[in-house]
Amino acid sequence: MADISAGRTSHQPSVAWWRDERKRGLIWQIVVVAILGLCLWYVIQNMIDNLRTLGVTLGLDFLNAPAGFAISFSLIPTDLNSSIGRLIVAGMLNTLLASAICIVFATIIGLIVGICRLSRNYLISRLATAYVEALRNVPLLVQLLLWYVAILQLFPNVRQAISVLDLMFLSNRGVNIPRPIPEDHFGIVMIALLVAIAVAIGIAHWARRRQVATGQQFPSGWVGWGIIIGLPLIASLVLGTPVTWEVPELKGFNFQGGMVLQPELTAVIIGISAYTASFIAEIVRGGILAVSHGQTEAAYALGFRPGTTLRLVIIPQSLRIIVPPMTSQYLNVVKNTTLVSAIAYPDLYSIIGTSLNQTGRPVENIAIMMAFFLVISILISLFMNWYNKRIALIER
Amino acid sequence: MKHVKTLVAGIALVAGMSTAAHAASTLESVKAAGKLKCGVNTGLAGFAAPNDQGVWTGLDVDLCKAIAAAVLGDSSKVEYKPTNAEQRFPALQSGEVDVLARNTTWTLSRDSQLGLDFRAVNYYDGQGFMVRKDLGVSSAKELKGATVCVQEGTTTEKNLGDFDKQNNLGTQPVKFKESEQARSAYDEGRCDSYTTDASGLAAERTGLKNPGDHIILPEIISKEPLGPAVRAGDSQWADIISWVHYAMLVAEEKGITAANIDDVKAKNAEGTDGADAEIQRLLGITDKMGEGMGLSSDWAYNLIKQVGNYGESFERNVGKNTPLGLDRGLNALWTQGGLQYAPPVR
Repeated sequence: MADISAGRTSHQPSVAWWRDERKRGLIWQIVVVAILGLCLWYVIQNMIDNLRTLGVTLGLDFLNAPAGFAISFSLIPTDLNSSIGRLIVAGMLNTLLASAICIVFATIIGLIVGICRLSRNYLISRLATAYVEALRNVPLLVQLLLWYVAILQLFPNVRQAISVLDLMFLSNRGVNIPRPIPEDHFGIVMIALLVAIAVAIGIAHWARRRQVATGQQFPSGWVGWGIIIGLPLIASLVLGTPVTWEVPELKGFNFQGGMVLQPELTAVIIGISAYTASFIAEIVRGGILAVSHGQTEAAYALGFRPGTTLRLVIIPQSLRIIVPPMTSQYLNVVKNTTLVSAIAYPDLYSIIGTSLNQTGRPVENIAIMMAFFLVISILISLFMNWYNKRIALIER
Repeated sequence: MKHVKTLVAGIALVAGMSTAAHAASTLESVKAAGKLKCGVNTGLAGFAAPNDQGVWTGLDVDLCKAIAAAVLGDSSKVEYKPTNAEQRFPALQSGEVDVLARNTTWTLSRDSQLGLDFRAVNYYDGQGFMVRKDLGVSSAKELKGATVCVQEGTTTEKNLGDFDKQNNLGTQPVKFKESEQARSAYDEGRCDSYTTDASGLAAERTGLKNPGDHIILPEIISKEPLGPAVRAGDSQWADIISWVHYAMLVAEEKGITAANIDDVKAKNAEGTDGADAEIQRLLGITDKMGEGMGLSSDWAYNLIKQVGNYGESFERNVGKNTPLGLDRGLNALWTQGGLQYAPPVR
């Protein structure tokens, strides 16, 4: 009888290819891939044929046509003459902006709430529990609508806007603040800022090495922030403050001039951050509980205070458990931003929806949107996997 | 080995199916299914909205019912598929609905680039603006720098952009996916103005907190001929849809209503003195006109009896006695100074 583990040793009698397990496995895999490829080809060919019967062709040339519609918020300058491609890029930037801000806030709030839930203080831990349970169980779209309506109703009409020192105005059209207009030597202040940041990082490294070598501590945090704020300030004072401020004024229907933080973006940030933070809080709590209690007892025995134990002993070990699910939450933030068109934030989904309607090309538009989300999600996953490897404990 | 045989058979089947499937005409597939799949609005008062018993009513709904009565003999054999602004065209293109009666504007790009056909206009409309009375604005050209709430993905957005460029207004649009959100944001004061088709403005105003505080500005900034759409390449089905609408117009011209149609049919029976030949042809008493379109000869009789003529449908859904309170205006018959004009039935 031929040995079943054929291929493991070099001088086995050769068996027929259909009896060789490895070759059989390979053939099955090729067949499955071929069938999948065939199905995909059939589906795509069917779609192209049906579109051709209707007289519709596929192509990306519609991106150059002038869009003819404006959007309410954009990081790159757009106007009524912009092309559809440019507006789609503006939508992508809006989605990225909202996602980035929400990820940062959600992580910070989630960390705090997760740690609070484990506190021995009855009030704090119960409040954190209530927060998590309330926000986890209500659908995100409902929460977004609630925040938007709350902001619209809480703030007064633009004609009765709350004015703070006549510089900042709060109304239900947004928060209007003065806009800085850089003048001639502003570049030098920027360079001073970059230099200050580099110096602060350098001081932090030096202080850490000195502490490892001699055990002496150095308040590198305070000194670093002092330099980052102080150096550009001194530079601007020396140059005669090369910045003028454009103050918003109520003219006609709205405030003209200045910068405005629109209620749409505010509602998006608050809504998505609060919602995702409730999930992240549970992940953090699980990670912290997973660290063996022996670590805490050993740290107390060495004289560490509870706050220091948490910061230096528990959390670094719990990161192993926290980071993988965090990737999913961050991806959820990016995907949940597609809901914000319900509250008038012009993200990619909303602009693709308009473009789809006006150009009548559902296939190309949806493909662009899917490709964008796929790329962003893969980038986030790659980064989080790299970070996960970096903080993993190396078992000896 | 037997697995390999089924596998090979499977591959052959898939490869065989990859040739283009034989396309059945829409009329045949509607008759085979026994019901009409009608794409309608998710909820626009007066055009297509479910009432508090969940029954769909509206001007577009009446058109769907009339098509079902003409094709299947029963106006209740309709399946209403509510679609929002972005789903409506893919739903029609893919075959999910047979006809799109969703207050859709007939434009050049939609006619030529989407693989759709428009043939009849069941409501001539135009885009307008609504503002609060206390803003003191009496014309849309005074809206310089105003914020405008608008539903995205519609011709409304594009018309706003065109009007803005032409009059150098610098308006700031705030775009919502659903019109309910746009209206409530306007109500809360997020925007100075709300824009959509004039019929939609009347409908949405009824849902505001204080309808009396808002006025509709006089400018109509665009032409919005709203009508049913069908897939391109099926001219028999397009004929049926448009002639259902024209039959309702001819009925109103001739004074035929759902209530008196049997009397009219009796008075115009074959061979009667003084009978109106066009009524005879319309109701299938002489000259079986329906057969040329693949329908039975009482196609118009069924639809007028079960749904009524255009005037009845208009007054029932958007007329003076409804909360919308719209005039016939452009939608009056051509004999009364409006634009609704049907080709002759002969």
